[in-house]
Amino acid sequence: MAEKFDVIVVGAGMAGNAAAYTLAKGGLKVLQIERGETPGSKNVQGAILYSDAIEKIIPDFRDDAPLERHLIEQRVWVLDDSSYVGTHYRSEDFNKPPYNRYTIIRAHFDQWFNKKAREAGALTICETTVTELLLDGKKVVGVMTDRKGGEIYADAVILADGVNSRLATKAGFHPEIKPKDVALAVKEIHFLPQETIEARFNIGEEEGVVIEMAGTISDGMMGTAFLYTNKESITLGIGCMLSDFKKQKTTPYELLDKMKQHPSIAPLIEGGEMKEYAAHLIPEGGYNAVPQVYGDGWLIAGDAGMFVNGIHREGSNLAMTTGMLAAQTLVELKQAGKAFTAPNLAQYKAKLDDSFVMKDLKKYRRMPDIFHKNKQFFTTYPELISKAAQKLIRVDGVDKKTKEKEIKQSFVASRSVFGLIGDAFRFWRAME
Amino acid sequence: MHSVVCIKQVPDSAQIRVHPVTNTIMRQGVPAIINPYDLFALEEALRLKDKFGGTVTVVTMGPPMAEAALRKCLSYGADDAILVSDRAFAGSDTLATSYALATTIQKIMGNMPVDLIFTGKQTIDGDTAQVGPGIAKRLDYQLLTYVSKIVDLDLEKKEITVERRAEGGVQLLKTATPCLITMLEGTNEMRFGDLDDLFRAARYDLKVWNREAAGIDDAEMIGLKGSPTVVSKVFAPRPRSQRAEMVETVDNDPKNLAVTLLAKVFTQHPKLEKEIAKRAG
Repeated sequence: MAEKFDVIVVGAGMAGNAAAYTLAKGGLKVLQIERGETPGSKNVQGAILYSDAIEKIIPDFRDDAPLERHLIEQRVWVLDDSSYVGTHYRSEDFNKPPYNRYTIIRAHFDQWFNKKAREAGALTICETTVTELLLDGKKVVGVMTDRKGGEIYADAVILADGVNSRLATKAGFHPEIKPKDVALAVKEIHFLPQETIEARFNIGEEEGVVIEMAGTISDGMMGTAFLYTNKESITLGIGCMLSDFKKQKTTPYELLDKMKQHPSIAPLIEGGEMKEYAAHLIPEGGYNAVPQVYGDGWLIAGDAGMFVNGIHREGSNLAMTTGMLAAQTLVELKQAGKAFTAPNLAQYKAKLDDSFVMKDLKKYRRMPDIFHKNKQFFTTYPELISKAAQKLIRVDGVDKKTKEKEIKQSFVASRSVFGLIGDAFRFWRAME
Repeated sequence: MHSVVCIKQVPDSAQIRVHPVTNTIMRQGVPAIINPYDLFALEEALRLKDKFGGTVTVVTMGPPMAEAALRKCLSYGADDAILVSDRAFAGSDTLATSYALATTIQKIMGNMPVDLIFTGKQTIDGDTAQVGPGIAKRLDYQLLTYVSKIVDLDLEKKEITVERRAEGGVQLLKTATPCLITMLEGTNEMRFGDLDDLFRAARYDLKVWNREAAGIDDAEMIGLKGSPTVVSKVFAPRPRSQRAEMVETVDNDPKNLAVTLLAKVFTQHPKLEKEIAKRAG
């Protein structure tokens, strides 16, 4: 193909769309290539949209973006097999526009986001797979696609091709991702009448609830689960580290089935009709797993660059932000008349380091390793906490002082005094 | 050589949901696709273009969102696409639709003579298989339905020979062009368009014709007014109860199994047992 572009963006997810939109707005000639039938058709997310990140790209997104419910309540549950101990935070402050978080359906949202990019001037082609990067020495000069006449040239390529970025691996930019650095998550969407959802969660029209869960439902593996309310459906899912699945031989659908049968969760989805299921890898290697993200003529954004904050369940906002920053870097260089060389593109890394993206990832840099090595946070503690709560709440003639003593003893018996101190220290280190 | 292919954008019936409470069909959020049968029509037209050269024009009548279906046809290699779209068409049945499309095709013929008109054998949302034949009748064209193969096309003599799947066998039919062909499914496989077509499709300035532009002067002939068929209700049949029970065999003996089965049937239908006993005397 003779036509040449300023930039080719591979992928039409959050990072790709953010990049394509920002590039087009910045006046660059941009081609976006998506392998799915439509933007979003292959993308899997819980999904929660954090307003801040999209606002920085499209300030008036609320006017026409397909949003399900804005969230007014956050529940955090620690579960054992029969109970949960949790905190709920609900506030009318979350009911005042502009709303901070929304549940979304990615298939709808991504089409909207991509339409914005196309309206800004980006050219998007779908059902086309980029098979490899075209190199001139070490410099990326374009892409090869699986279509007839498949070579397309550009001054730079943004790789926003998702978690298992084969392109970057194939080009030798970074090694293959490791099972310990990715979580495998499965989710289902259950349809329920709108009124049922609103009655069940004590919410009004357009209001939503999030439940984040951890505990014995992950079957001893490092992982978390979630449940989100959409307009006419409930999404729930669970994800654990791939290395743990591999070691334990548990299958993801068994975990999800068990989760759906949990006495605290089953009534919330009862009567629903399961209409969609999906599985996806989530890059959760954290700060230390972030690869080289730029080079001569190339930049990496989104999941492809490991930009996920696992502990806070943030990914799409990091994807959007990295996509935007990658694009801004290119726009600024183009305006200054500078080439897209590695030294010039180092500005992208500087922008990342200066943003919440790298700051947050750095804060939790020890977290993955500590949780990998200390599974008691997913097994012993949820049970201990649940039993302690039950002991305190159950009225059975035993005096409170004795109860407290017994609770203390149960913790010491399970973990020993040094174990408890060590765990407290490890937990603090993970979160520090 | 100019072929016109009529397509329809339909909801992906594989993904239509039934409301668990009201048992009505929920179209909301169901992705729209090109009627799968129409793709066989389009591919056949593209193959004739590969062989004889010429032009393939795709036409659809539908809401503005049907533009996506037309762009997809362009990405497969169609040359031109026309979206016939007007609120006046809302509620059209097959009689009104075939009128609108036939009139549109007449308008197209004014610019470039048409040799062949293609449609799919039917749509997956209406299942009537009436619009294609309706267009042929209104244009007074020969009609070839359920065509499985185009055997020969002679542009000089204006003759076409096709194989037609009929009850009990395959018919070999020859007729004069221009004519209308409804293609049978499974007769070909849609191509994977090349990059140039994909780019052209993404950038193509699509023609949108309203009622007047399509040359329809008489508004009484289209929309609800032109449609004697009324869909009074759409609903999903109640699923049959799916209770299954495993029956154990004793010593792997089919006779024992038959006796056990009969006993189970008779406990549920006591009248049946009496009836059989009576007949057996």
